[in-house]
Amino acid sequence: MSGYDAIVVGCSAGGLAALQRMLPALDATLRTPVIVCCHTGSADVSLLVELLRRTSALPVVEARERAPIAGATVHVAPTGYHLLVEDDLHFSLSVDGKVAYSRPSIDVLFETAADAWRERLVAVLLTGANSDGANGLAAVRRAGGHAIVQDPDDAESDVMPRAGLDVAGADACLPLDAIAPHLNRLCL
Amino acid sequence: MDVEDIEIQLFVRAMQLRHGHDFSEYAPASLKRRVQQLVRTHDTGTISELNRRVLHEDGFVGSVIEGLSVPVSEMFRDPQVFRALREKVLPVLASYPQINIWQAGCAQGQEVYSLAILLEEAGLYDRSRIYATDFNDAALAAASDGIYAARDARDWSRNYLDAGGTVSFSDYYSARYDFIKLDKRLRRNVTFFNHNLVTDVVFCEAHLILCRNVLIYFNNALQDRTLGLFRDSLVRGGFLCLGTRENIDFSPAAGGFTDVDNALRIYQAGGTGARPLTR
Repeated sequence: MSGYDAIVVGCSAGGLAALQRMLPALDATLRTPVIVCCHTGSADVSLLVELLRRTSALPVVEARERAPIAGATVHVAPTGYHLLVEDDLHFSLSVDGKVAYSRPSIDVLFETAADAWRERLVAVLLTGANSDGANGLAAVRRAGGHAIVQDPDDAESDVMPRAGLDVAGADACLPLDAIAPHLNRLCL
Repeated sequence: MDVEDIEIQLFVRAMQLRHGHDFSEYAPASLKRRVQQLVRTHDTGTISELNRRVLHEDGFVGSVIEGLSVPVSEMFRDPQVFRALREKVLPVLASYPQINIWQAGCAQGQEVYSLAILLEEAGLYDRSRIYATDFNDAALAAASDGIYAARDARDWSRNYLDAGGTVSFSDYYSARYDFIKLDKRLRRNVTFFNHNLVTDVVFCEAHLILCRNVLIYFNNALQDRTLGLFRDSLVRGGFLCLGTRENIDFSPAAGGFTDVDNALRIYQAGGTGARPLTR
């Protein structure tokens, strides 16, 4: 059995391209849920879901409130709502104010996921142009989870990974192409 | 158990026993974030110190309620929903001599005024009554004032047009300094009052209930009870409009509704094809 029960991923500017490279490289036999918070400019997340679905190794769906969090699936946060993980492992949504100028906010996803999974969580912070996710990554590490940050020099936009390293540090700082193999090793 | 989780349980008990506000069936993750936010807002350091003030300081509970309902909305939010109300729901409501609408959880009133504009433009407003309720008195007062930040007006203007608006959104407000004030004629048939979905009961026979992004804060049991309350409040064939990402598939009471537009979460009370309960 692997030591981890879930993977959360946060990204912003450049995130779509990064996810399109990372998700196909995940092992198709992975049993953990992968939960993605990607800031998008569009009003509806269905386009992002469709684009990721074309290349992902695992099925990609929009995260649904109240639904149990299915494993072996990529769940994407809907636009305009914070996505939260409840302790009994289903999703909930909120329209509370923006956090780090963002809704959905990576901090909100990471912090609630850290509460729910504690040390059995892996968090991945990728390219992005603001500092959302840094506090969330710190919460993941405080709970004993494993934090991965994309190497800022390798990121399309380095603000988010740099903020993550400054605020939280990381258990692994890797170029994008090394992240999926690392996740496969941790979670299989 | 985490110390903070214990403190939150004590907070919920304090609010219940001292003030009669029951948050025990709220979805825990967002409740926890709001309580943590209250600690920061009131600079109490710990939730236990917040609890001490909840128990001992008269008048403090008002600001706690304000912090726990965090009303965030915009006018004509999800314009396609208002377009569907305009095109699919209002033509049916037009057949009633008197139209009762319940806006449940109206927060600061943005949707109340959106609805009033919709009814006005459909020529139905003079025989409509909007009951706009919330459990947050401060939000109700703000809703009744109808004053909003001017910086929001541009987005709302675009929403209004996307929702099928026929004139210019600016016809409905006057701008002063950094604020807009909505035309007070829009509230001539609105009744604002305090109603708590957790504890209060049916108060009218409604033809349309709007309750968008309120039930997302409730656990399954409270969501189900509230949907039952809505079903009992609606006339047969009356409409219910929820937030576009809400999920009622786990609620037995949702079996009392049929889909009008499932993607937009618009339902009708009664009907033949009752919703199947999934899983």
